[in-house]
Amino acid sequence: MAILEVEALSKSYRQAGGESTPAIQEISFQVDQGEFVSLVGPSGCGKTTLLMCMAGLLAPSGGRVVVKGEQVAGPPRNLVLVFQEYNRSLFAWRTVLGNVLFGLEAKGNSSRDTEKKAKHLLGLVGLEGFERHYPWELSGGMQQRVAIARALAYEPEVLLMDEPFGSVDAMTRLELEDSLLKLWKELCTTILFVTHDIEEAIYLSDRIQVLGRRPSRVIGDVVVPLSRPRDQLATRADGRFMELRNEIYRQISGDGVS
Amino acid sequence: MSWNPESKLNGVAVLLGVVAVWEIASRTEVVNPLFVPPMSKILRSFFTLVAAGDIPAQILTSMKRAAAGYLLAAAVFIPLGVALGLFKKIRRMLEIVIEMARPIPPPVVVPVAMLLFGLGDGMKVFVIFFSCAWPILLNTLDGVKNVDRVLIYTARTFGVSRGRLVTEVILPAASPQIATGLRISLGITLILVVISEMVGSSDGIGYFILDSQRRFKVDQMYAGMLSLALLGYLLNIIFLLATNTLLSWHRGMTSEEK
Amino acid sequence: MSLSRRINAPGLATFAVLLFLWEVSARLNPVMGAYLPPASRIVQSLFQLAFSRELFTHLIVTLGRFLAGYLLAAMIAVALGIVLGYFRRAYNLCEIVIELLRPMPSVAIIPVAILMLGIGNATIVAVTVYACAWPILINTIDGVRNIDRMLLDTGRTFGLGRWRILRAIALPAALPYIVTGLRVSLSIALILVTTGEMVVGSSGLGFFILDEERSLRTGNMYAGIALVSFLGYALNRLFVWLDATAMKWHRGMTAREAL
Repeated sequence: MAILEVEALSKSYRQAGGESTPAIQEISFQVDQGEFVSLVGPSGCGKTTLLMCMAGLLAPSGGRVVVKGEQVAGPPRNLVLVFQEYNRSLFAWRTVLGNVLFGLEAKGNSSRDTEKKAKHLLGLVGLEGFERHYPWELSGGMQQRVAIARALAYEPEVLLMDEPFGSVDAMTRLELEDSLLKLWKELCTTILFVTHDIEEAIYLSDRIQVLGRRPSRVIGDVVVPLSRPRDQLATRADGRFMELRNEIYRQISGDGVS
Repeated sequence: MSWNPESKLNGVAVLLGVVAVWEIASRTEVVNPLFVPPMSKILRSFFTLVAAGDIPAQILTSMKRAAAGYLLAAAVFIPLGVALGLFKKIRRMLEIVIEMARPIPPPVVVPVAMLLFGLGDGMKVFVIFFSCAWPILLNTLDGVKNVDRVLIYTARTFGVSRGRLVTEVILPAASPQIATGLRISLGITLILVVISEMVGSSDGIGYFILDSQRRFKVDQMYAGMLSLALLGYLLNIIFLLATNTLLSWHRGMTSEEK
Repeated sequence: MSLSRRINAPGLATFAVLLFLWEVSARLNPVMGAYLPPASRIVQSLFQLAFSRELFTHLIVTLGRFLAGYLLAAMIAVALGIVLGYFRRAYNLCEIVIELLRPMPSVAIIPVAILMLGIGNATIVAVTVYACAWPILINTIDGVRNIDRMLLDTGRTFGLGRWRILRAIALPAALPYIVTGLRVSLSIALILVTTGEMVVGSSGLGFFILDEERSLRTGNMYAGIALVSFLGYALNRLFVWLDATAMKWHRGMTAREAL
């Protein structure tokens, strides 16, 4: 059953001259409950715009987003967005625990065991013992783990992630990918993951929506047939992994020529 | 034409509204017109006093004192600040003396200056000189101390002499912060010239305002305040124009960084 | 940090030399001594006054006016600044009025305050509130406006309403700016309180200093100045301490970014 439906979504920005340029055009796709779907596309193709519209932070110029049968008109209750720039979206004045507690407070959850819950989540993302630290005392990868734990504390049914691992180093990135897969399996959430890294998309997803150049639209819907649980070495060495990568790469680069 | 909530004209409307309410409240004696005369009366008084030369004369008297104290402070404390910024030994030597003298609230220097200089111009110049000392000195010191080492090393690899290092590299690099000190001092100068004229003087705009109040010439008092506001506004604009021209490189750089 | 670094020997030496020169020249030159009595005599005056309780009473009066004016200004200006910073339309409406009032040196409203509130506590506190409110207001507006959009969007994606975003995100995020405004206002408050006491007061340290000058009791005058300076110094230290405690997160963060 589709939990998230995007129907003919368009967004144009007004230029200084008064004319409007489209950032995304007539994008349509669906995400099923519990699915892990990635959106890949060249950088600057309007992925962030698309996510902002889906999260109800930007009003689309046309089309609509439906979450659990309800049309998005403001930030939906059961959906949360994780930004790429963790250093800008974490609250510097709250401790790591305080940031996670924010997610629970926002949910209206103020029972006595909120702190226990927050600590449990921090354990899940591998940050035991860092509760009293401030975000800026942690490395980039750890900060993004805090941001993810904070988002999960809100108990969203849909988690939107905007290139969440785009600003961390390559090794940390692999670790974060595996942590995310573990969390996803454990918490049974639906994840829509935006990235410009084709291999990352394949490694994580059940299905990939390929976006074309600006104004972007969906140019491919690729199912990933790789088995789970995935493994950084075995999965990436799988022949089908390579094939998929080449196919998606061709789709994206071919789109630029036309 | 429909109402545009973003238009700056709304601000003008609010201003006109405030003036109108003031006028009506005073004329209908909702507020005591002895304390708050109608705006029209204040403005008439202002223009009469300007035309008759009373206000310009008082302002000129005050401005002479302000300029003398301010320029003297700049002439003494910028070089001193540079010396303190450059040489750690001098800085250490004067540190305690500065820390002891800095918390003295400038107005209480007025009685001391009266003791030393009587009620004449010298008293006001001294008070202004003293109060401007700290912002100018400490900002210059900070600016010089924090000049990027790379900049200094660069100049030295080019074999620049010590004297030229100061005039060609350190002073320009510290100038934005020196300008900050000078701008803060400008505001302080205006405040202290008014205070010293209120406490011990028989002329100047500060004396004029307080004296008008004592002689119950309330419209004159407001007219004096109006002229002081205009003066402050004007000085600020002149200062900003001057620094924007002199420090245009810095402005461009910081806006680029944003 | 070693002890020799903490104790600033050259600084103390300079201070001692200046003190010595002051003492000797004031003693040798009676004309100068009349204007600037030897340091030892000022200390002596300070002790005598401390036991007479006269100075102590003035100190308490000044401190009371300071706290009343400063705290009132902080409450009003922070609240107003947040609203004006957050709601652009509200700011647009008030911008011209603010820009017209701001450049006027705040002490110029003393005569107006005298007119409306008479000569006494109310006038002194009112002008202190007025003058202190400006830096706090302007800094708060700036602080709220400079909040990273992404922080506000984070609040929105977590389903927070405008007022909760204001309280839980905008206020703490703007706090470093607000603190800057509060720090600037700290010295402004003392300037206005002492000025007010000189112009309209019949009590307080500002009045005492001016009164002793007029009676040519210069030792007492300098003792008053020393005390009011110490008050300023102590309040500043207190502020720095509170700031360091409450704003630990910001300190650490900026220190780290500077590396």
